[in-house]
Amino acid sequence: MSSISGVESVPSGQPRTAAQLSVALPVLAVLLASAVFAAFVALYGQNPFTVFGLIVQGGFGSSFAWQDTLSRAAPLILVGLAVAIPAQAGLVIIGGEGALVLGGLAGAVVTLPFAGAHAFPMQVTMLAAGALAGGLWFGLAAVLRQYRGVNETISSLLLSYIGIAIFHHLTEGLLRDPASLDKPSTHPIDPSYMLPMLPGVGVHAGLAVSLALAIIAHVVLRYTRWGFGLRVVGGSARVARMVGLAVNRWVIGATFVAGGMAGVAGAIEVAAVQGTANSSLIVGYGYSGILVAFLARHQPLAIVAVALLIGGMQASASLLQRRLELPDATMLVFQGLIFVCVLVADAIAQQLRENTRR
Amino acid sequence: MDVTSIGWLTLPLAILGGAIRVSTPFIFVSIGELITEKSGRINLGLEGTLMLGAMAGYGVSYLSGSPWLGVLAAGLAGTTFGLLHGLLCSVKRVNDTAIGISLIVLGTGLAFFFGKPLIEPKAPALPSISLGFWSSMPQVRAALDVNALFFVGILLAFAVYVFLNRTGWGLMLRTVGDSEDAARALGFSVLRVRILATMAGGFLAGIGGSFLSLSYPGSWSEGLSSGQGIMAVALVIFARWRSINALGASLLFGGAGALGPALQGVGVTGYYYLFNAAPYILTLAIMVASTSRAAPFADAPGELKLHR
Repeated sequence: MSSISGVESVPSGQPRTAAQLSVALPVLAVLLASAVFAAFVALYGQNPFTVFGLIVQGGFGSSFAWQDTLSRAAPLILVGLAVAIPAQAGLVIIGGEGALVLGGLAGAVVTLPFAGAHAFPMQVTMLAAGALAGGLWFGLAAVLRQYRGVNETISSLLLSYIGIAIFHHLTEGLLRDPASLDKPSTHPIDPSYMLPMLPGVGVHAGLAVSLALAIIAHVVLRYTRWGFGLRVVGGSARVARMVGLAVNRWVIGATFVAGGMAGVAGAIEVAAVQGTANSSLIVGYGYSGILVAFLARHQPLAIVAVALLIGGMQASASLLQRRLELPDATMLVFQGLIFVCVLVADAIAQQLRENTRR
Repeated sequence: MDVTSIGWLTLPLAILGGAIRVSTPFIFVSIGELITEKSGRINLGLEGTLMLGAMAGYGVSYLSGSPWLGVLAAGLAGTTFGLLHGLLCSVKRVNDTAIGISLIVLGTGLAFFFGKPLIEPKAPALPSISLGFWSSMPQVRAALDVNALFFVGILLAFAVYVFLNRTGWGLMLRTVGDSEDAARALGFSVLRVRILATMAGGFLAGIGGSFLSLSYPGSWSEGLSSGQGIMAVALVIFARWRSINALGASLLFGGAGALGPALQGVGVTGYYYLFNAAPYILTLAIMVASTSRAAPFADAPGELKLHR
């Protein structure tokens, strides 16, 4: 497991056929997954064409569907980046959910003492607080890996569960608004601090923040020495040390930034949708982020596209349930199938690349 | 409340009883993971297998009226998923960590999909054996009301020990896990052994899942499993790849998992969520204590790539 199969380590100087294959194979993988999914719903007694039609309609078929899809894509982009950034350095971190909820909690409480201030600095403060909380939580997993040799995949998931427990403990205890009776929540943030809607789109400004961060991540990873250094660290820690990179600092730094992304996702959900931190934050975005990042092969711009696709698929679940009485989990099955097929296609693409290089 | 009749004993008794109940799925999942890892592969997807097993076990028990048939169905569902994992990971250059995660998504998805109609009905549960018959105190009886699968799990730990250390097949499994080259030189089929080991691991994880739905908590719901499948991977590291140790570690984790409900039972409710996180905190602490950067996993099978 010396490298993550999705990270493009040698993007240039390849024969055209190999480059074409690395695009064609994932597309084939999604088609294969769709075929298996079609067979699955057919066995369940549904017409696959009706199902696919409803998925397109529910995710992308109307302005309402687009609004739903886009507001789901906003956090999905960020939790996808949270998996993709450490992946450049060879880490598989799956604890995005914990960083997201703690980021949301930090964002929800940080402005409570400052009522009636200007909105913009408060909005920045909320997102920054979310980033800090998420970053510190993710950073722990990297510290344990670098200094104690603890497997970061397992530790990040454990930290995620612990983070969710802390979230419940605080939102139902110390930080609870006594007025929130049936759903324990923190005190609501000042309504004037809520993130505005993007004009003409009907989606909150968190989407713009997510897009901006994805573009920044793309530029930094591709065109700066930071991105290059991170890939060197991910390629081989030994080589990285030989060329004088402080590997621990790189890995922990990248993981901190990644956790910050997940934390911002939580803060956006609070500052743009919920207005308070409560259990509505825990809907599995963190886990979907793993899927998004792997399907996008850990490339920030591809993450935006995949987040739209997955967001649309998740948005269509309720339509499938209403029209065909298919359970919510139908889309989870489909996502799992796509995930499996794309991973195998990635492995095959990598084999082919190695063969052409020889 | 009549708990005062045994006073301070209430809490340790509740923890003991809880430890036995909570540890049972851990025993099966961790020993399943151990068998897989002994062959040189890691299966991170057991969380999905556990959910699938819990659903299949509950569904078959409900439809057939026989909980043991449910356990068997759960095992078979797990075996199927083990086969899938084994085959997928046999593709060269595949990322096995990611495959594990993808099978968590798929397994959970399938479990939720087919489990939707099972949330309402009540399936027949697995029988338990009352070891507290000698006592007149209801707390003692409740604590020692032990499910039959717990005893199967204890036997399993010893059986796997004998299998790995005293049989030819066990030797083959260990050889494949320690050195592919040696295994090939001896004429063993590395891939076949690994696929079979992953299927065996899936079988046991499926049974562990059926315990969740058929005994404790004893019904099917989407929040049934909470990371036991992933924690099993940590538990196997802690147990240093020895089945008897895995049994002990499962009991320890079970005790940690029983802490929250037991404290709630005696009226300590203030830190409910934090006490419920005890197994995760314990797992993390154990991982920190039992690994070191210099010699990460001295007892690990040679082919196991836990470390990059």
